[in-house]
Amino acid sequence: MVASYKWIQSYVPGLDADAETFRNAMTLSGSKVEGFEKLDADLDKIVIGQIKKIEKHPDADKLVVCQVDIGDEVVQIVTGATNVFEGAKLPVVLAGGRVAGSHDGTMVEGGIKIKKGKLRGVESDGMMCSIEELGSTRDYYPAAAEDGIYILPENAPIGESAITYLGRDDVVFEFEITSNRVDCYSVLGIAREAAATFGKEFCMPQVKEAGDSRDVDQYIKVTVKDEELCPRFTARVVKNVKIAPSPAWMQHRLASHGIRPINNIVDITNYVMEEFGQPMHAYDMDTIAGNEIVVRRAQEGETFVTLDGQERKLDETMLMICDGEKPIGLAGIMGGENSMITDDVHTMLFEAACFNGTNVRLSSKKVGLRTDASSKFEKGLDPNLAIEAINRACELVEELGCGEVVDGVVDVHTPLPGGHEIPFDPDGINGLLGIDISEEEMIEYLHRVELEVDRERRLVIAPSWRQDMLREADVAEEVARFYGYDKIPMTLPSGEATAGKLSYPRSVERLVREAAEIAGFSEAMTYSFESPKVFDRLLLPADSPLREAITIANPLGEDYSIMRTISLNGMLTSLGTNYSHRNKAVRLFEAANIYIPKALPLTELPDERMQITFGMYGCGDFFNMKGVLEDVFTRCGVKNRRTYDPTEKKPFFHPGRQADVFVGDQKVAYLGEVHPLVAQDYGIKTRAYIAVIDLPALMPFVTFDKKYAGLAKFPAVNRDLSMVVPKEVSAGQIETVFLQRGGKILESIELFDIYEGEQIEAGFKSMAYKLVFRAPDRTLEENDITAALKKIMNGLEGLGIELRS
Amino acid sequence: MKEKLKELRERAIAQIEAAQDPEKLNEIRVAFLGKKGELKNIMKGMKDLSPEERPQFGQMVNDAREAIEKRIEEVGRAAEKRLMEKRLAAETIDVTLPGKRTQAGHLHPNSIALRELEKIFIGMGYEVVDGPEIEYDYYNFEALNIPDNHPAKDEQDTFYINDKILLRTQTSSVQIRMMEQGHLPIRMIAPGRVFRSDEVDATHSPSFHQVEGLVIDKGLTLADLKGTLDTFAKELFGEETKVKFRPHHFPFTEPSAEMDVSCFKCGGKGCRFCKGEGWIEILGCGMVHPHVLEMAGIDPKEYSGFAFGIGLERIALLKYEIDDMRLLYENDIRFLKQF
Repeated sequence: MVASYKWIQSYVPGLDADAETFRNAMTLSGSKVEGFEKLDADLDKIVIGQIKKIEKHPDADKLVVCQVDIGDEVVQIVTGATNVFEGAKLPVVLAGGRVAGSHDGTMVEGGIKIKKGKLRGVESDGMMCSIEELGSTRDYYPAAAEDGIYILPENAPIGESAITYLGRDDVVFEFEITSNRVDCYSVLGIAREAAATFGKEFCMPQVKEAGDSRDVDQYIKVTVKDEELCPRFTARVVKNVKIAPSPAWMQHRLASHGIRPINNIVDITNYVMEEFGQPMHAYDMDTIAGNEIVVRRAQEGETFVTLDGQERKLDETMLMICDGEKPIGLAGIMGGENSMITDDVHTMLFEAACFNGTNVRLSSKKVGLRTDASSKFEKGLDPNLAIEAINRACELVEELGCGEVVDGVVDVHTPLPGGHEIPFDPDGINGLLGIDISEEEMIEYLHRVELEVDRERRLVIAPSWRQDMLREADVAEEVARFYGYDKIPMTLPSGEATAGKLSYPRSVERLVREAAEIAGFSEAMTYSFESPKVFDRLLLPADSPLREAITIANPLGEDYSIMRTISLNGMLTSLGTNYSHRNKAVRLFEAANIYIPKALPLTELPDERMQITFGMYGCGDFFNMKGVLEDVFTRCGVKNRRTYDPTEKKPFFHPGRQADVFVGDQKVAYLGEVHPLVAQDYGIKTRAYIAVIDLPALMPFVTFDKKYAGLAKFPAVNRDLSMVVPKEVSAGQIETVFLQRGGKILESIELFDIYEGEQIEAGFKSMAYKLVFRAPDRTLEENDITAALKKIMNGLEGLGIELRS
Repeated sequence: MKEKLKELRERAIAQIEAAQDPEKLNEIRVAFLGKKGELKNIMKGMKDLSPEERPQFGQMVNDAREAIEKRIEEVGRAAEKRLMEKRLAAETIDVTLPGKRTQAGHLHPNSIALRELEKIFIGMGYEVVDGPEIEYDYYNFEALNIPDNHPAKDEQDTFYINDKILLRTQTSSVQIRMMEQGHLPIRMIAPGRVFRSDEVDATHSPSFHQVEGLVIDKGLTLADLKGTLDTFAKELFGEETKVKFRPHHFPFTEPSAEMDVSCFKCGGKGCRFCKGEGWIEILGCGMVHPHVLEMAGIDPKEYSGFAFGIGLERIALLKYEIDDMRLLYENDIRFLKQF
């Protein structure tokens, strides 16, 4: 919402704060000023002058020398403009002054300084200005000459400031209006807030009422068929319309709001819309069939050409303004081409109505047309506003002499909202705000914004335009706004103490993050939604359950249309990005959810599973990645043994370099080398490794308990076993034998050599383990060891393993 | 014999003094004090002495032995010290060569910012909790006083799964879930992902993070909200930080405010960073709307509360002077390593 300061000041006579003060005060009282523009920031020393005499330039055919009366003196100005004449009044920038831009419309930051100088040898003490040089265009100043000096009206006062005369001595403020304050989408609404903020008097324009005469009924009959969508429709008629430009003061106000002046009638509707926040529409009565207006819903499939010439397709949720035969307007959005006001209008109809905000918003969305009017209606206007606005418009018609207003108004409405009552509880307000001010002070603040207080009945009565005022908390906010948020003290809550902590899952997540950080992995963040093509890129089969993903109904595009069911795509994309940026060694991890639906289409919330995804290339192999997982498990206090099962072949991994990680029967993670086809697809031209921990699955095995076990008091006995092992037997199988058969005295095992090659028979490999035996309560004897080793050897023989001689 | 002993002692000392290294000293030790050394040799002559002279001579031999041993040790220690000094001198390194670092990873700037926030609020007795990212419309809107067709609902550019389920647009949904659990008082923050259908550019992302705060207790006031957030701002941005509360509107709080902090780059004078304003908008907050309390089953006559919502990316971008939000989701290691 933009508002001209001069326009605001016209309703708040005592308001004289400078722009910066105004901005800060308004922002602190709740009408946030996003910014402001001083229209004359780059204009200086520009006065109204009159050309007394024009002579030819002695040395230049295209220049003339003008003697210009600027009130207290006559200055000589040389110009090349062709539209000047003796007696013309025009804006003159004097030497030492500034203009906003050049004649071709290019604006110069800080303006252009005008100096005394000579043009082809003849002294020139200033410059006559075009509208572009004054920082605007003919769009907003239609009276200005096309491609020439702005010739001012004959009655322009010589010597006065042209900046003021043309209404450029103004500041335009841009406000951020919150959705609860529909009333502030108008100059009057802002002015009311400004008066309240500065404690000044607010002077509402006194609007002449329409009178009780029914003359208007001879011209028009209004029927509203859907009162829910149109709670109020008012209409008035103007006859003997004389279309002409509107007066300068109105044009200047519209221009300051960025609205192009068109003609008196259009300008009046726009002026009233800015002033009251009530959109209006003007129809040519001659185009209205049957002297009748019918407000009804459109028929399914009906089409309508709006006044921008576009054909709109309608459905039965949309509200239409019709005459006796046909639609003439899309209610609250745009009028029709067929009833548009033209320059030869004789009799016209003003409409000021109130439409259901939600319906206007939805219709405007459906037809893809948002207008100034619809953006006001969709916020839900006060039905009381319509009558004030239409009367104001008619008053302006008379004031501007653009027609004869027919007495009376057609006003079709449902019961109108009046002032509503809210309990007044000063103690409650003080209690909520943490202040201690008197009832009288509160009432004074409330009065500023026309909230009346009935002290006997302990009620606040809010005017109809304050539909946001519903409860005591709303009253408290009004008190706080004008008391000053900045004056409210700063205290700390005094209630019972609570223990601050991370939730348990977050504590576990933090442990994992720490382990990842220590292992050299940096944290990545990727999107939760991705393309359904991801499944093909990961080579998942058509029947993979991972393809059962939740679909977003209104995605930003197909690439962001499903909620991920597997975390790999984000990681692979990030690794690919790094590879393409020529980063040599990369280790990344991400902690984020995947979304597993319980059923599709979704009827209940999905299972959101926190996945810790590790990815790397250029710095390690499968076993480095496996080591990272083991570090994480250790850090998380997982004491149970982990097994690595290579049997489930995931298509996105190297078929011979992948494993699922189990704790007991519970799958808690998986890892592998990225399949070369997948790596290539993501632009990773080297071996890459991925590991994923399914945190909810790991959670039951995590423990924060630590217990001191006592340092060993008795000596350990080491035994090295050097073995010839059939190639297909895995280290995991051998370790299982050790752990199952070594008994309690087997303290640790360590693989220290593995070899395949010349000295070993084909189909076999050599492996060497160091076994450490120890008892906590005694020194082991030779026969303890022999017995354990015998059991172990029996087990190993079952796997076809022999000790090397 | 005494003369001979004296001569031996003097000769040994002289040799020791002349010796430069421990090996030579060892040779001297063997030659004089060894089993077949000169001292043993001279002892053999004791039998030729009279019984009266023997103890006296024995004493002299012992004195000589001790003197020689002591000297060997002294000179040896000095020699060792010299040797060590020589070795250490040879081991001198160029300390300006690069250090060898452990390659720890780096947390994402968002996470670092979140850790700071968590630390501050945990210190004030808040629990850090989570809620679902795919959420019911009810928790994201309706229970927050944003019924169907409320303009605020449209403004948020929501991603929908269907009529009832959506991607949460705000972590405020977690407020409702916590209130419904009914364990009062509540002091919580809920960090997490939120989603809005904004096209990706330098300042927008369809997925970003918020940190929601909620406190419910008896007798909480707007002054408590101000004091809490003032403490937070000073902890996060420095003791000299000033805060400014501006009235604002959120459907689920009343009164509502936005909080600005004095620019932590220029201290409020106005700079490129705060676009000359001297203030930076940091969060939205307010007293929990009584209707929201009622819907969650809390009696607004007995309890009041305040809530606030902080954009995590906003804090991260501001604190670390990151000028393009896309960097946060690109995961270039050269970017991440700077944090």
